[in-house]
Amino acid sequence: MKVTEKDVAYVADLGNLELTEEERTRMVRDLNSILGYIDTLNELDTTNVPPMAQVSDRYGVDQSKEGSERFAYASREDVLEGLRKSLAHDVALENAPDSDGTFFKVPKVIER
Amino acid sequence: MNLEQLTIDAARSAVQERKTSAAMLAESFYAKIQSDDPKIGAFLTLCKDRALAKALEMDALAAKGEKLPPLGGVPVAIKDVMVTKGVRTTAGSKILGNYVPPYDCTAVARLEAAGAVVLGKLNCDEFAMGSSNENSAWKPVHNPRDLTRVPGGSSGGSAAAVAADMAVAALGSDTGGSIRQPASFCGVVGMVPTYGRVSRYGLIAFASSLDHIGPLTKTVKDTAIVLRAIAGRDPMDSTSADVPVPDYVAELEKPVRGLKLGVAKEYLGEGLDKEVRSAIEAAIQKLAKQGCEIVEVSLPHTKYAIPAYYIVATAEASSNLARFDGVRYGYRAKDARTLSEMYRRSRDQGFGAEVKRRIMLGTYALSAGYYDAYYLKAQKVRTLLTRDFEEAFEKVDAIVAPVSPTAAFKLGEKVNDPLAMYLADIYTVTADLAGIPGISVPCGETREKLPIGLQILGRHFDESTILRVAQASEKAA
Repeated sequence: MKVTEKDVAYVADLGNLELTEEERTRMVRDLNSILGYIDTLNELDTTNVPPMAQVSDRYGVDQSKEGSERFAYASREDVLEGLRKSLAHDVALENAPDSDGTFFKVPKVIER
Repeated sequence: MNLEQLTIDAARSAVQERKTSAAMLAESFYAKIQSDDPKIGAFLTLCKDRALAKALEMDALAAKGEKLPPLGGVPVAIKDVMVTKGVRTTAGSKILGNYVPPYDCTAVARLEAAGAVVLGKLNCDEFAMGSSNENSAWKPVHNPRDLTRVPGGSSGGSAAAVAADMAVAALGSDTGGSIRQPASFCGVVGMVPTYGRVSRYGLIAFASSLDHIGPLTKTVKDTAIVLRAIAGRDPMDSTSADVPVPDYVAELEKPVRGLKLGVAKEYLGEGLDKEVRSAIEAAIQKLAKQGCEIVEVSLPHTKYAIPAYYIVATAEASSNLARFDGVRYGYRAKDARTLSEMYRRSRDQGFGAEVKRRIMLGTYALSAGYYDAYYLKAQKVRTLLTRDFEEAFEKVDAIVAPVSPTAAFKLGEKVNDPLAMYLADIYTVTADLAGIPGISVPCGETREKLPIGLQILGRHFDESTILRVAQASEKAA
């Protein structure tokens, strides 16, 4: 699969990156080089192989249960601050690039 | 106090017996950092107040004659991808250049609860993406064994700090080899525990199914001590395993005689530097002399590990790094007229080239139309790679292997060829994909006196066995 300038523009859009022209050119070259190499995966027949998303699916998960019961080990009671206290409001705002003391301030959301 | 070769026990005893104070010990390390780090570049931030507070706490205990905890008074340092409350944490990136976390990483909190004195934050490749520490937004790290060469990455600062006696121990993170490879390049011990052995809470995420926190130390015993302090279930990380933590230090004393060690034929093929090969083969022979049985095994899907890794890791990274948008913390581009512009410019200006490359790759692999061909395919290959290990571990107790095809390369040598940089991860990525533990222990040097590490890989949650084999190798080296 050959990656084109159009693909790079589309993907940069999805990834919310405003690439410079020089970056776009370099990206076409780099992505093609890497993806070309990644195509070797197609040498393998994986028709009957289950995908592995998480290593931890293999321990802790209760295979005898169904649905979300299987992940009981990772759950906790649905109680406010059940594990620990929430971040205080002012602490949560401490790293804000721009704030009015209550909210995070950002440029206008709706473009006209 | 002579800082060279200072181990955890030696440092702790000295404080316990009041031969020195934890405060003075911390000061000696800060003096060393001041004189030596300008040419190495391992540290990004020093936290002297925090260090001194902990040191004084330990000194007070020692003064009362009370027993210090396992790392009481021991100076350590933390890779800058782990958050430290009130202490600037950047993940090696400009996008977090001014970020001060409001909470502590669990692994750091546990180390401090064990008495460790955190000296500061260590340099690393940006968001842990890299194999040479040349992708740090701030400055590269120089290998203390040869300043013209890379320390390895992405935990280059961690390995260099320990190798240069600027910390007794360090925490690093390993997603594709980022603890083991720099440990090998700098001549220290580095371990990646089983996935889920150590909580990832507070580790700035790169690839959530591949990230691991682990120790870098001077000796195998020190790695065992640190691992015991940081391992164990954490309710704040639902992927942390509810598996009891053995006494790794006590287990070290068990003999290695009778253990079966696998040598994978795919790992000793072409592409491996001949000096590295000699050192690995010599180390294996020494283990055989200690009574280990050497068995040939096969890991047939090895060559597909890198492509699978670079799809899974980048896909997960593209998702994890979506949070860096200039809204709540970190870098925000000036003069953006709309929210969308703010996102795009903050990210393009705040992220470095390698990070952007991986976000693009990951986003592409997950985008509609490509998900099955890339991400799903890579996950299936991940199953095949894990099965290779499971089948091998039916025949052997551990696998011995190189860590990297070469010893440390020169700074600047591979920066223009990202693919060449990726290909050097061949011996380390499979462990992360399978979630098995691995350790790198120094086993020799090249003619130019560059360190070479021996890698030992083990079954899930069998850190004890690989630690024993590593110590046996360390004693024979």
